[in-house]
Amino acid sequence: MNVLEIVSIIAAAVAVSFGAIGPALAEGRAVAAAMDAIARQPEAAGTLARTLFVGLAMIETMAIYCLVIALLVLFANPFIR
Amino acid sequence: MIGSPLTSKTVFMLGPVPITATVVVTWGLMAALVLGGFLATRSLKVRPTRGQAALELVVAAIEGQIRDTMGVSPEPYLPLIGTLFLFILAANWSSLIPGIEPPTGRLETDAALALIVFFAVIYFGIRARGLVGYLKTFAEPTFFMIPLNVVETFTRTFSLIVRLFGNVMSGAFIIAIILSLAGLLVPIPFMGIELLIGAIQAYIFTVLAMVFIGSAVRESGPAGSEERTEP
Repeated sequence: MNVLEIVSIIAAAVAVSFGAIGPALAEGRAVAAAMDAIARQPEAAGTLARTLFVGLAMIETMAIYCLVIALLVLFANPFIR
Repeated sequence: MIGSPLTSKTVFMLGPVPITATVVVTWGLMAALVLGGFLATRSLKVRPTRGQAALELVVAAIEGQIRDTMGVSPEPYLPLIGTLFLFILAANWSSLIPGIEPPTGRLETDAALALIVFFAVIYFGIRARGLVGYLKTFAEPTFFMIPLNVVETFTRTFSLIVRLFGNVMSGAFIIAIILSLAGLLVPIPFMGIELLIGAIQAYIFTVLAMVFIGSAVRESGPAGSEERTEP
């Protein structure tokens, strides 16, 4: 286990942990806004929920990008070997 | 699948071409979908049976989505969009069968699907507007947006690939990790969530394909204030 591998593991952990912060905050805001809208206008709940799910998946994609980068660093690192 | 999610293992060789497990599963899914479609539409009646009513419900739902999202008549796009949705849904849910990894959890399958969308946008755009008219859409807001629009054409395809790959692969990965940590029966709630995510991702992939094709096809670009998707 050389320095490069240790640094890669730390980098993967940092990428996932910090990459999760932004989408987490954004998803919280999105859900809060959707709850607000449903409370004001319960008859539009179906449309709102559908749009909310799509939006949440879009936001979550940002965290998934970080996960993919972390997995690249762990499993397909071009600098190891 | 605790091994690397970026490489796939070869099952057998077809001449000089290595055939991976992903490709075998994809062939199985294709055969199942084609056979199911053939059997279900073999005897269509004016007064529908139960199965036919369920099928018509699916087709009508996809048609309605195309009409809502693209704002055009859905007939030319229904075969492509419907096939994309049903295939991705079947691929995402195929992980329920023991021993089968979802083909969409591999980069190659997603790249193929996104390439289909990439070329479909060009094809439908040229068919609807002509070659010059389609090329003009790149200079849509102003002339200076051409480089950005060209770059966006590629980055959104790449984004489609990574989104589907990351979501499906991470789901399978999490289940494998939990299974190795906690053992039998514990991953079942996560598999339920994975079903939901699989359905949502199939829906998102097709909605984005519809938005891309719609923006290439629709006349008078800025009319629809549709969602601008992230790069």
